[in-house]
Amino acid sequence: MKCTEFLARLDDLIDDSVTPEMRVELQGHLGRCGHCEVVLNTTRKTIEIYRSHEIYDLPAGLRDRLHAAIMARCKKGC
Amino acid sequence: MATIQPIAGELEPHPDVALVERVRGGDVSAYDTLVRKYDRQIFRIAQHVTQNREDAEDAMQDAFLKAYEKLDQFQGNSKFYTWLVRIAVNESLMRLRKRRTGKMVSIDEDVETEEGSVPRDLADWAPDPEQNYNQAELGEILRKTIQGLPQGFRIVFVLRDVEGLSTEETAETLGLSIPAVKSRLLRARLQLRERLSRYFHRKRGGEK
Repeated sequence: MKCTEFLARLDDLIDDSVTPEMRVELQGHLGRCGHCEVVLNTTRKTIEIYRSHEIYDLPAGLRDRLHAAIMARCKKGC
Repeated sequence: MATIQPIAGELEPHPDVALVERVRGGDVSAYDTLVRKYDRQIFRIAQHVTQNREDAEDAMQDAFLKAYEKLDQFQGNSKFYTWLVRIAVNESLMRLRKRRTGKMVSIDEDVETEEGSVPRDLADWAPDPEQNYNQAELGEILRKTIQGLPQGFRIVFVLRDVEGLSTEETAETLGLSIPAVKSRLLRARLQLRERLSRYFHRKRGGEK
């Protein structure tokens, strides 16, 4: 397996949607290719960082204000 | 008023189905529950699309109002949340279009770029790269990095990886084919990885 073929399957590997046979092939490539191993690990970490950090927070005050405005309009029938 | 059918193949109807039914029956407090349940996610999505706080607030408000008005059109063959996200994305794109004085804005924007499709930075990251930055610095890095992605990639990444929609739900929400979502997701992930590597790679000589 070449690196380009591995990269084409990278998402399937990350999303755990590969067949057992394909997983063996991909793992085999990883065992021989340090670069692809780095790409896999750091891509996983990229997703994890974005999932675990709230970069656009909705402050409580703003949340309450928006919420009140929405519900006031809904009660009037929008 | 039509009754919502449970999604095919699901044994238990989603809890939102009961709330939507109550709203349809005139119980506004049930809508209050739905708004509180999803407002943070909808605000985040609107902020990612518009990249502007004021527009995100307006888009979020309008999305919830539009969803309330159009609740009769919700068929229940998709999740309420997915349906709401679709409205929010459209409202956000409309705000973006207004800000750009009518210039066409779509989720297909800039997707032809090949940047980041081939990994170039192959240095490993520090074991806990976030530890090298305080929360404010890290937030700034993550915001700046994702804002630099082409819009068509950014929205797919946010829906799929941050908000947890499935590939099928993301495709349905954005009106894209499943192969298009998969292709954009891969490129978005690789581009973000490449850009974050500038901050997170393991430094030489033992420095942090």
